[in-house]
Amino acid sequence: MTGFFVLAIYVGIFVGAYLIVTKVIQRATLRDYTSLKTVTFGDESAVRPNRAAGIISIFTIFFIWGMFTGSSLLPRFLHAPAPFVGTAEFTYTAEANGQRDDATVTVVVYPRDEKVDAPEVDPGDGFAKNDSEAMAQWRSGLIRVDANDEISKSDGAEVVAINGQPITRGGTVKIDSGTVTLSDKGTPNYAPSRGWQMEPLYLPPPEEVWTRTIRVLDEGFRNFTLWEHLGYSLFRVVVGFLIGALVGIPLGYAMGLSNWFRGWFDPIVEFMRPVPPLALIPLVIIWFGIGEAGKIILLFLAALWIMAIAARSGVSGVAISKVHAAYSLGASKWQIMRYVIIPNSLPEIFTGARVAMGVCWGTVVAAELVAAEQGAGMMIMVASRFQNTDIVILGIILIGVIGFGIDMLMRWAERVLVPWKGRS
Amino acid sequence: MTGLSIENLSMRFELPDGSAVQALKNVSLHLKEGELMSVLGPSGCGKTTLLNIVAGFLAPTEGKLVMNGHTISGPDAERGMVFQKGALFEWMSVRENVGFGPSMKGMPKSEKDEIVNHLLDVVGLQDFKEKAVYELSGGMQQRVALARCLANDPDVILMDEPLGALDALTREKMQSLVLKLWKETGKTIILITHSVEEALLLGERLVVMAPRPGRIHKEYRLPFAELGVGADLREVKKHPDFGPKREEILSMIWDMEEEIMGRTENAA
Repeated sequence: MTGFFVLAIYVGIFVGAYLIVTKVIQRATLRDYTSLKTVTFGDESAVRPNRAAGIISIFTIFFIWGMFTGSSLLPRFLHAPAPFVGTAEFTYTAEANGQRDDATVTVVVYPRDEKVDAPEVDPGDGFAKNDSEAMAQWRSGLIRVDANDEISKSDGAEVVAINGQPITRGGTVKIDSGTVTLSDKGTPNYAPSRGWQMEPLYLPPPEEVWTRTIRVLDEGFRNFTLWEHLGYSLFRVVVGFLIGALVGIPLGYAMGLSNWFRGWFDPIVEFMRPVPPLALIPLVIIWFGIGEAGKIILLFLAALWIMAIAARSGVSGVAISKVHAAYSLGASKWQIMRYVIIPNSLPEIFTGARVAMGVCWGTVVAAELVAAEQGAGMMIMVASRFQNTDIVILGIILIGVIGFGIDMLMRWAERVLVPWKGRS
Repeated sequence: MTGLSIENLSMRFELPDGSAVQALKNVSLHLKEGELMSVLGPSGCGKTTLLNIVAGFLAPTEGKLVMNGHTISGPDAERGMVFQKGALFEWMSVRENVGFGPSMKGMPKSEKDEIVNHLLDVVGLQDFKEKAVYELSGGMQQRVALARCLANDPDVILMDEPLGALDALTREKMQSLVLKLWKETGKTIILITHSVEEALLLGERLVVMAPRPGRIHKEYRLPFAELGVGADLREVKKHPDFGPKREEILSMIWDMEEEIMGRTENAA
């Protein structure tokens, strides 16, 4: 149910922002060349990511996140209906030996992390006595109203109405702050209204993730600081990737330059390429254990085939006229390698390196999920076991940010180091 | 014996499906030092194969090539090549491209810089010397290719449709440049082209090749290249012999094309 509301709000913001930004603001202000094009549907060059859309999109995610977690970053009126907190009261009517008596039940519903005791209440008159109970938000519980009554359930007393509305075993009565259900055994079960917000156990509000981030930065997690966890993951990726590139690139060159190497390694490379590195984790653990060596070997294997194939296609992609021209200019084989084949293959190798780094980053997290003493993957895995959802979310965000950062770094290196990419 | 001798050259190779192609049959030519020969022919007449054999990229199945007394057996700096396009090194600046040959020989930097600067002046690219080649227009790129070839000081320059990818105006300017460079350097040049007009304008000698098997069909000696050196090429085209020669060669090539078409139609 809540899911449909989230979707509806999301679609609403999407459409509303679209109409406001493009039909109102941009129509009035934009006067560049693209805005004058009459054909934009199908003209790929007229499609640019709308900056406003990007900002609103990210904002919307945090907005909905805050809305449905009751975030303190949002004004209260924007929150989704919150779960009930406070003191609820309802009366029950007990019937025994043909006589009826009313008594009041007072339930204090407290926020999850602020446990309070049940309040003292005046027992009142009649054979049914007033009761009190304390209950955490989002929880529900049986209230043994007859425990202090003069005639208990075992003596034949029966709850017949809640707040005056008649009820039978298995029936439910709605009250202001939630519902009261009479169990099959005849005991009222009070469930305070849950509202539409997510329980922090499943999704903590953004600011809680943030304060947890500060705390983890301060105290570390499981004997390692946050930087050590991330550093270990990055270290494994970088070392595994470097070894993979160091072996894979020469292998790819050999495959691109020699029939024998191509014939020998083609079956191996073509077979290993479609094997997801994750499928190798069990074997790597059996052979090398869960230490650093196993992880680095796994990442080496993840990077090796990608780099070998990238180098091979980089060599195969050299225009024969360039090689012919170089020979005609008096270059030796070694000079052709150094001045023509290697620079010509660099753009492909960079593309491969970008893919390989992405795959390695995904693989290292997965490998750490399975077994590790430290690392980003281990962090979220252990946190999830202890239901520290905030750390899980923090970990996912950091993993995403680092993955994105790696890709940006590779793109930047590509621009600086191989500016001729795609320019032949 | 100086110059380039092509003796009874035949080229026959097998295709994967078992059939064989006779790309060249009994081609004989002799080029004296400093001659400019243009080669013309319909597609499939083996002119590019011939050039690749002369460059040393292919070994002929029969016959031999002798240059200045020695047999050609592979590519060498004595035979420079200018390609239609895409043979420049994008990872090098204009200056580095032009200086590639001298660098490979290990020529001292000062000497190399002198050659490069001189050639960049000749082709008019001094202002672009630190640019990347992909930043230049097609015509400029071909001027870099010419300069790069000349920097290596080859005895023979082989041009495989060097102006084929250029627009008409640039092409005309480049034709003048080729003639000027030919006269100034005295190089032997073999130029392959698709354009009859270009073959007439640039070829001191003009060889028309015929297809299936690739062979020399007819040879001309022409005055236009000499006339065109330092002159306006449009004036050369007004020469009384130019028009008739063009028509003669055009109809010759049309006949060959029609013959090929007819043969494929019969085969079908």
